[in-house]
Amino acid sequence: MKLLSQYVLRLARKRWLVRAMRKRRELQPVVDRTNLISRDGILLFSTLRNEKIRLPFFLRYYRDLGVNHFLFVDNDSDDGGREYLAQQPDVSVWTTSASYKRARFGADWLNWLQRKYGHGHWTLVVDADEFFVYPFCDTRPLRALTDWLDASSIKSFSAMLLDMYPKGPFDAQPYSEGQDPLEIANWFDSGNYVINRNRKFGNLWIQGGPRMRMFFADAPERAPALNKVPLVKWHRSYAYVSSTHSLLPRGLNQVYDEWGGEKASGVLLHAKFLDTFGTKAAEEMARRQHYANSHEYRAYSQVIGTEPDLWCKWSEKYINWRQLEILGLMSKGNWA
Amino acid sequence: MKSGSLGFVMLCHTALDRAAQVARHWAERDCPVVIHVDKRVGRKAHARLLKQLEDLGNVRFSRRHSCEWGTWGLIAATQDASEVILAEFPGVRHVYLASGACLPLRPVGELIRYLDARPRTDFIESVTTEDVGWTVGGLDVERFTLRFPFSWRKQRRLFDWYVRVQRRVGFRRKVPAGVVPHLGSQWWCLTRQTLSAILENPDRDEIDRYFRRVWIPDESYFQTLVRQVSPNVESRSLTLSKFDFQGKPHIFYDDHLQILRRSDCFVARKIWPHADKLYRNFLTDNASAQAAEPNPGKIDRLFSKAVERRTKGRAGLYMQSRYPNENWENGRTAAPYAVFEGFTDVFENFEVWLGKTTGTRVHGHLFAPDRVEFAGRETVYNGALSDSATLRDYTPKGFLTNLLWNTRGERQCLQFGPGDNQALATFMAGDPNAQISVISGAWAVPLFHSNRNFSDIRREAAQLQKIEAEFLAMLRSPWAKARVRVWTLAEFVENPMEPLQTVVDEISPRSMRRLTEVPRLTDLSGFGQFLQNLRNQGMQPVLMGEFPVNDDLRGNPPRRGRPYLVN
Repeated sequence: MKLLSQYVLRLARKRWLVRAMRKRRELQPVVDRTNLISRDGILLFSTLRNEKIRLPFFLRYYRDLGVNHFLFVDNDSDDGGREYLAQQPDVSVWTTSASYKRARFGADWLNWLQRKYGHGHWTLVVDADEFFVYPFCDTRPLRALTDWLDASSIKSFSAMLLDMYPKGPFDAQPYSEGQDPLEIANWFDSGNYVINRNRKFGNLWIQGGPRMRMFFADAPERAPALNKVPLVKWHRSYAYVSSTHSLLPRGLNQVYDEWGGEKASGVLLHAKFLDTFGTKAAEEMARRQHYANSHEYRAYSQVIGTEPDLWCKWSEKYINWRQLEILGLMSKGNWA
Repeated sequence: MKSGSLGFVMLCHTALDRAAQVARHWAERDCPVVIHVDKRVGRKAHARLLKQLEDLGNVRFSRRHSCEWGTWGLIAATQDASEVILAEFPGVRHVYLASGACLPLRPVGELIRYLDARPRTDFIESVTTEDVGWTVGGLDVERFTLRFPFSWRKQRRLFDWYVRVQRRVGFRRKVPAGVVPHLGSQWWCLTRQTLSAILENPDRDEIDRYFRRVWIPDESYFQTLVRQVSPNVESRSLTLSKFDFQGKPHIFYDDHLQILRRSDCFVARKIWPHADKLYRNFLTDNASAQAAEPNPGKIDRLFSKAVERRTKGRAGLYMQSRYPNENWENGRTAAPYAVFEGFTDVFENFEVWLGKTTGTRVHGHLFAPDRVEFAGRETVYNGALSDSATLRDYTPKGFLTNLLWNTRGERQCLQFGPGDNQALATFMAGDPNAQISVISGAWAVPLFHSNRNFSDIRREAAQLQKIEAEFLAMLRSPWAKARVRVWTLAEFVENPMEPLQTVVDEISPRSMRRLTEVPRLTDLSGFGQFLQNLRNQGMQPVLMGEFPVNDDLRGNPPRRGRPYLVN
C-alpha cells in the first residue's frame, strides 16, 4: 500500500513536470539576464499581473534581504510593469497572455523556470504582495538562513501566509508607489488559525485569519489555505503541486515537527488589503482566473460593498519578527 | 628562530579568506601559525591562501590530508601540523588547536598572559566515557569497541545496521593496554611537553593503528592520550564551542556581538564567514574591561534554550512548524483551565459570581450549538477568535487550543453540558490541564423550569441523560487525565458550600479563604415531583441521585468545617 501510494505520487510529480515542459511554450522571454546568476545565488521567482505600483518596494525589500536574481512571469500586464522590470539590472522577465488558471495559477510556468534556472539554488517563490519574514531577519541576511539550512541538511523552509490589513476601510489611506505597504496594512489576527493534516501530501493545511473570520464563516472548508513552503533548495526533479502550498516529493512538505518540538519557520506578510484591492477584485471577478471559480473574490466583493473593515479590537499591530515568534506564528527552532 | 610562546595550529576547509584574516592577526602578534588545508580544497583556493599569507615569516603550511568529518584524517592533519610547529618554532610553549572558523574574542596578549600564569597546564576537555552526556546516537564507549567502516553522513543506514549487527553478535575490539577512553571537545591547548610526549610515544604506531578505526577520533585521540602523559590536565576547552541536538556546531552571527564580548572567552567557533561586524570588532587589540576568567554561562543558556525549543517546543502550541502527534504534545493545551458542567443550571448567577470570587475569566457555554458564549458574550475574542459556531465546529480542538494559547497567563473557566457540541469531550477528559467539575443530572433543572410539553421534555431528558452518562464514563475511564469531581444533583444541593469551596480553592489556591458570598441557588421546590413524573412517563432519571418526591432538601444548614481534597 505504501509502495503504491509512493508510486502514485511519483507519477503525479512526473506529470506536473511534463506539464511544466509543455507550458514553457507559452512563455516569451522579454529580457533574459540569467547568465548573471552566480553558482550560489539566491533566486526569487514570481508571477504577476498589473502590480507595477507594488514593484519598486518589492524589489527593494528582497534586494535588502539578499536575493541575487529575480525571475518574473508577467501575465499580460498593461500597466507598464513589464517594461519597468525589464529595466532592472538583476531581473529576468518572461511574458505570456495564456490562461493563468490553466497554468494552474502560475505553478506550471514557475515549475518550468525553476527546473531550468533554479537547480542547485535556494529559490524563493512569492507574490508581489508577500513579504518574507524569518527569524533574525532584522540582523541576518537571507544567506545566513540558507547557509544554516544547508548545514542542517534542511531542504525546505515554511512561511505561513499572514493576512495584513489596515484599520478602517481599505481605501482610507491610498498606497503610493515605493511606499512600504506594511505602513498602511499593519494589523493582523494573532490566534485564530486552524490546522488539518493532509495525509496524501504530508503537508499541514492551515486556514484562518481575517478572511476566514469575515468572509468564510458560513463555509470554513472553502477558506483560503495559508500554509506555504516558499523557500526550497531546488532540484530539477521537484515540483510545486498547488501554488506554493505543497510540493513533491512529499518529504519537502515535512516542515513541521511531529514529536513536540518546533522546527524553524517564518511568515509571509500578505499586504493584499490596500486601496488597490477594490479594483483588483473587480478585475479578477471579470477574468474568473482565480482559485475555486474566484469564490474568494466573490465573497469579498459581497462583503466589501458594505463598508469593509477587517479590524477588530483584538487585532494585533505588527512590530517585528520577535513578536510573531512570541505569538507562536513562527519559530526560531534551534537557530539561535 | 625566535618566536612567541604561544603557537596556533589551524585546520581549514572552507571560508579560507576568513582563515587567512585570523591567521594574519595571530602571526602579526608574534604567534607562529601552522595551517592545514583540507586536501579536498581546490587548487585555486589553496594557492590564493598561500599568496595572501606569503609575506608572513612565521606562518607554515603542513602536509595536506583529506578530512572527512568523523574520520582519521583530522587527527593525521593535527599530528603533522603539530610536528611542524614544535620543530620549527622552538620558543613555543603552548600549542593552540583552532579551526578556520575560529575567532579570537580577546586580544592575544591576554591569552598569552593567561597561559604564562599557568605554564604547565594542559587545557583539554577530557571526560571518561561513563560521564559524557552529549554523544550523538548514544555511542560513547562503543566508539572504542566497535568497527565503523561506513560513513555516518553518507551511508547512515549501513552504519546503523552494522552497529546493530556488532551489538547482537557481541563483537568488541580490544583496547590497547594503558588506553583509558576519554572524550571531549576537539579544540585544545597543550604544552610542548605534553604534545611532544604524545607525538613521540614509542608505541605511537600501535596506538594510531587502533585509533584509525575509532569513530570520531578527533573527540577522543588527544583527549585519551593526554591522560597518560600529563600530570596537569585542566579539563575544559579554551575555545567556546556549542553544539545543537544533532551534534553540529552552533554558528555565531553579528547579533551575538554583545553576548560574545561578555563571555570573556578567548576564542569562539563557529563564526559565520559573512559576520563582518564580528570580524571587524574582535580582530583588534582593544583590551577587554577586566581580565576575567572565561564565563560562557549566558551563551550556554541561549543555546540550551534553542535546543529545548527544537526538541520540546512550547506546550499547547499548534502551528506551521509544530504539529505534534497525539500524546506527543508535551502538554495538549497551553495552561490549566476549569470546566463546569451543571453549575449554571443550579445557580442563577454562577458565571458572574465565579469571576468575582476567583478573579478568572469565566466564559459561558463555549460549545453551545448556536454560538460561542465568550465571557461578556463578545463576538470576537482574544486572538481574533470568532464566536461563529460553524467556525468553531470546523476544528473544535483548534478552537480550544487557540483560546488557551491566546489567553496564556489568565485562567479560563468554561461551562459545558450535554446540550453542547461534545466533539471535545474526549480531548478534555484526557488533558491533565483540565479541571472538570460536574453536577450530574443538573440539566434537568432548566427542563423543570421550562414551559414545554411534557412529551418533548421527556424526549429531551432521555437524550441529555444519555450524553451526560457517556461523558461521565469517559471521565472515569483509565486514560482520563483531567482532575475530575462529580457530584449528583441531590448530593450537591444538600450541601453546596463544600463543593464550591473545593473548586474555588483549586482554581485560585493562593486566596485560600472562606467563601463569603454564595451564588443564588435556583428554586427547586417541586423538582422531586417533576422527576417522579418523568419516571411515570417511562423515563428513568438516574444521574441526579436520590431526590425525595415531596421533600425540600434545602432545609439543612451547611456543615461547618473545612473541606479537604483527597486524591
